[in-house]
Order: sequence, then C-alpha cells, then structure tokens
Amino acid sequence: MTCDFTIDGKNFRLELECTEAGWHCVLDGQQRQLDAVLARSDLLSLLIEGKSYEIKRERTRTETYLWVRGSRYKVELQDPRSFRRPKRGASGQDGRRELVATMPGKVVRVLVPEKGEIKAGQGVLVVEAMKMQNEVKSPKDGTVEKIVAGEGTNVNAGDVLAIIE
Amino acid sequence: MFKKILVANRGEIAVRVIRACREMEITSVAVYSDADRAALHVRMADEAYSIGQSAASESYLNVPKILDVARRSGAEAIHPGYGFLSENARFAQAAADASVKFIGPTPAAMEMMGSKTRARQQIEKKGIPLVPGTSRGLGSFQEAEEAAAKIGYPVMLKAAAGGGGKGMRLVHDRKELRPALEAAQSEAQRAFGDSEIYLEKAIVNPRHIEMQVLADEHGNTVYLGERECSIQRRHQKVLEESPSPIVDEKMRRSMGEVAVRVAQAASYTNAGTVEFLVDQDKTFYFLEMNTRLQVEHPVTELITGLDLVQLQICIASGEKLPFEQKDVSLRGHSIECRIYAEDPDNNYFPSPGRITALLEPSGPGIRLDSGIYEGWTVPNEYDPLLAKLIAYGEDRPQVISRLLQALSEYFVGGIKSNIVLFRRILSDPDFRAGRLDTSYLDRLLKSPSAQAKFAEAKHADANIATIAAGVFKILDSTSIVRGADALSTNGSSGGPGTSNWRKTARIEALQ
Repeated sequence: MTCDFTIDGKNFRLELECTEAGWHCVLDGQQRQLDAVLARSDLLSLLIEGKSYEIKRERTRTETYLWVRGSRYKVELQDPRSFRRPKRGASGQDGRRELVATMPGKVVRVLVPEKGEIKAGQGVLVVEAMKMQNEVKSPKDGTVEKIVAGEGTNVNAGDVLAIIE
Repeated sequence: MFKKILVANRGEIAVRVIRACREMEITSVAVYSDADRAALHVRMADEAYSIGQSAASESYLNVPKILDVARRSGAEAIHPGYGFLSENARFAQAAADASVKFIGPTPAAMEMMGSKTRARQQIEKKGIPLVPGTSRGLGSFQEAEEAAAKIGYPVMLKAAAGGGGKGMRLVHDRKELRPALEAAQSEAQRAFGDSEIYLEKAIVNPRHIEMQVLADEHGNTVYLGERECSIQRRHQKVLEESPSPIVDEKMRRSMGEVAVRVAQAASYTNAGTVEFLVDQDKTFYFLEMNTRLQVEHPVTELITGLDLVQLQICIASGEKLPFEQKDVSLRGHSIECRIYAEDPDNNYFPSPGRITALLEPSGPGIRLDSGIYEGWTVPNEYDPLLAKLIAYGEDRPQVISRLLQALSEYFVGGIKSNIVLFRRILSDPDFRAGRLDTSYLDRLLKSPSAQAKFAEAKHADANIATIAAGVFKILDSTSIVRGADALSTNGSSGGPGTSNWRKTARIEALQ
C-alpha cells in the first residue's frame, strides 16, 4: 500500500506492507524498521528502529487525530482515486457557507433571523454548553438563508447550525 | 456514628464521599437527575434515588426533593459536597428542621460568611487584617467616591452576596467609578437578587492562598496548612498545591492563627477554608471564608495524612477532634490538576460528550479522584470538572516529575480535555520557580515564546503519526472482529498477519 497523508498540514508519503515476515515500511523514501501491535481498539504500540511509541486514536464524525507522546496530530488521507482536493482556502466571501457546531451543546438564542442581513464576524446564534455560552459568528457578509438548529435544539459537534448565503 | 448518609451531589465529589462512607461502614445514598442515571456515583452508592429532570434547579438544587429522599431512605445525615446546595443556609436549616444532620457548619455561621459585608464587619471587630475597604454596602455614588479617594485607586467593586466574579469591577480612576458602580449593581441584582456593592482596595498581582480549618462542636479549632491557589482562569482554580512556595513556618503559623480566629468569630464548626489575598510583600489580608469542603482538599489530605471527609462525618456525629494543633505536622508536597472537559484549541470552551477511550494514570504518589468512566457521556448540564489528578512527593520537584509522568499516561478520548495545559504549566520556568499570582495563567497562555516552544515540540513526531496512520489503515481493513483481534495479537510480535488465520477460524466457529 502506498498512501499520501497530510499530518497537521504537512504531506508525507508512506509505503507500508504487512506480511508473514513482518512489516515493511518506507517513509518519504527512507526505509524504517517497524513492528506494530494493536493493544486494544484505538491504542497502538509501535516499535520504530527500537523506539517504543504508544499511539492513541481519536475519531470525530469528520476528523481523525492521533496522539503521539502527548501531542495531537490531525490526520488526513489523500485519496488518489478522488479528484477532490482537500478543502482549504475557501475564499470566505463567495457562495453558501455552513455554520457548524464545534462542540456539543444547546442553542439558547438566535441573534439574526432567517433572511436577515449579516456582516462577517457578527454573531448568528448562541450555543450553551456546561453553563457557558459561546457566540457562533458568521464567516462572511451575506444573509442568513436558513437557521437549521433553532432555539432549544441540542446539537453535536459537526452539526450544521445555520446556512449563510 | 451515622448508619446512613445521603450524598447531595454528583461527579467526583459524590464518589469521594461515597468512598469515605464505605470505609466507615456507613450506608451511602446517592441522588441523581435524569442526565445522571448512568453516572459513576450512582453505580458506586449503596442506594440511589431519582430526583428529577436534568436541569440542576429541578434536581441537585431542589431542597424538597432531596429532603424527601432523606426521609424515604432513612438517611440520618446529608453530605452536600461542594457547589450546588453546599453553602445554602436555608438548605442546612431545612435539613435541621427535618431532623437530618447537615454535614457542615450551622446555618447561622453560613449566613454570616455568605454576606461579604457582614463577614467583614465581624472580622473587623476582631482586629483581623482585611483588604482596606468599606464593610457596609455603598449607599450612594458620593459615598463610593469618598471611600475610593480615601483608600486610593485602583479599587475593586464587589457584590456583598457575590461569588464567581459576578458583580465585580476593577476601577482604575475616578472617571471609571460611576459607570462601573452602576454596572456592578445591576449585575449583582440579576445574579443574586441583591444589588448591595462594597468597595475594596485592588491589590496588584496578588496571590490567592487559603488556609484549611477544622472545628468540632466542642470548641476545638485547628488549622491544617495552606493551599496555594493562584493559578486560575475566569475566577476558576486550575491547579493548587500545598505547601505554598512562598509560605514559611512563621507565616504559616500567623495565617493559621488568623484563620482560627476567623472561624471562631463565626462560631464555626466542621471543615472550612479561610481565603487570603497575599501582596508582593507577603502581607496577607482576609478575603472570605468558604463554608464547605473545597475541591482542592486532597492536597491537604496528602501532606497532613488526614482524611478530611471522614473527619467531617465524625465531627457532624458529635465526636471531638482526635488531635490538637500541636499534633498536626506537614510532610512533603502535593499538587492537584483539575481535569476539565474543555477545548484548549477553542479558548477552553466546555466540551461535553461521550468518552470513547479512557486511560488512567497510576504510579508512586499518584491519586486520581475521578467521576467518569469509558463509555459514559459527560452531560451538558453541569460543571466541566471530570477528575482531579493529585500527586504527592517528598518535595516540589519530585511532585512535578510525578505529575508530568502521570499526565503522559492520562488519556481521555472522544471529548476535549485540558490535560495538555498542565504539561505547559509544569514545564514553565516561572511556575517551577514558584513565581505565581492570580494573573499568571492568562500571562502564560498569551506568552508568544511559550506558544512557539509548544508548537515546535508538537511537530517533532509527525513522521511517527504518519506511520501510525498507515498501520491503523491496514489493521482497519484486515481486522474483522476488532475487539477480539486486539486480544489475539497482544504480545505476539509478528504483526496481525500471523493471527489472521485465528480470526478467520473464530469467525467460522461463530457461524
């Protein structure tokens, strides 16, 4: 298997095979001695060139993170069969934009009603979690096309709260 | 001694109290809201009763429902923990009226310490050092102006009924005073239903140091050493330690003796904490008294060798303190990290949700007071405190090393937590040198050099993460029964390839 991964925004090419003889690993053209054991689900023990690493995997609905030695790395797999590029650098002023909840919580107030005009940086709605309130702001100038999660709605991380046009 | 105690709380503190009851062979009664049916304290208690809807006002703050459970279960005493009803004098009175012993001070002592102006008046009478200021509510703007001019700017406006930073305003000069007073009054009215505001001299970069006291119902009061609580965010403590890096034997004795006098001024009984502000010249001023067990009580337990919850229960049952002041000796050092469900990458906003993975630390000198377990969903309705990681050691450097090791073992998956923050604090040169004050943490989080160092360390292992990502991808596609696979490959060095036949065999056997 040859894969391209983006780790915290940086690209790496990895060749990896698992055979009866063990693991064969080449990272960015350099061969690495590797052994791997899954200690339990989402917990990996790696031995790389004699060094021991414990890796913890965390998955949200949309993203995967790996913890190595107390630091968290965002992992993206670049799928060669897909022509879609990783979405980034969207220009901010064009098109429909979804406002997404970053945390689970409850929508306690809608600040701008549907069809209302909005400026970039202006609060659209307020989400409360564990007695703290957080204003979710518009990324662009435009109008609030739809409030998807109205007052009193419980939301999870990744849920769409509103659509800005 | 009591035979049955109701624990009117949830989370780690309910678990802590239930453990003490078990050790003392007292039956424990838990109460829970709809959101907490599966909570750890319910699982651990001997008995558990539903007290209604998830909102705290409908459950953990509902006095009639809790007293009804006490009556139905036959509990003889109530331990209120901290937060919720723990400092509510009306609850303590209602319990007494229902012939249930409240494990804490008397309603009168709670009331006196609950109003900051009333507490100041009492303390002033005893000649105890206070932050200079008014000990009565400000009647008018003119009164505020005169008091501020006399004390000297900057001054702090505070709500008499206050707490948690509500109704508090820092005023740098005369022209800021009027709008600040009006804002503080209306905020206090909204938060506490009481707009009384008083004024204190603002102490620049103070330390927040508190003294644990314990008083029985026979007139004996002792102090059990201080706790340094200067590391705070949004008026919320994050890390506490005992002893304080700046308190020596002489200062401890004089603070302790003042704390005992404060407690005696209120005819205080049971466990309590006297809070002080300490200025840059190490002069200390009485700030307030907390009439409950503190979140950070374990650091005092570790350096004194005492069990404060068990002592609270003994005192409430009428026993005398089993030791005197001269018997109290402090040994070693202890630090507590408060593990909150908060997102460090999103301005520490709370992060409730399901805990998909939990790896807990252990080792010499490590104590974990936790209210969570793997698979449990942290509810959205309550405080984000998940657990407290406490380390004990011979001295401060040893405790820091033990904590750093424990933090590297600690992993909470599925939700965000502030575990990474502690590595930053514990490695910081100012923290290591004990240079602390209440704005320390805000400064650390804003410091660009600390941030850069942190980011640099973070990228060192990106190549390891890449290899791990590839291994996970292969294992995900080859493993059919993931949980069982984990067991069968455990300890084998040949990778998953050698165990594929076993997996296949198991699946065939299942068919």
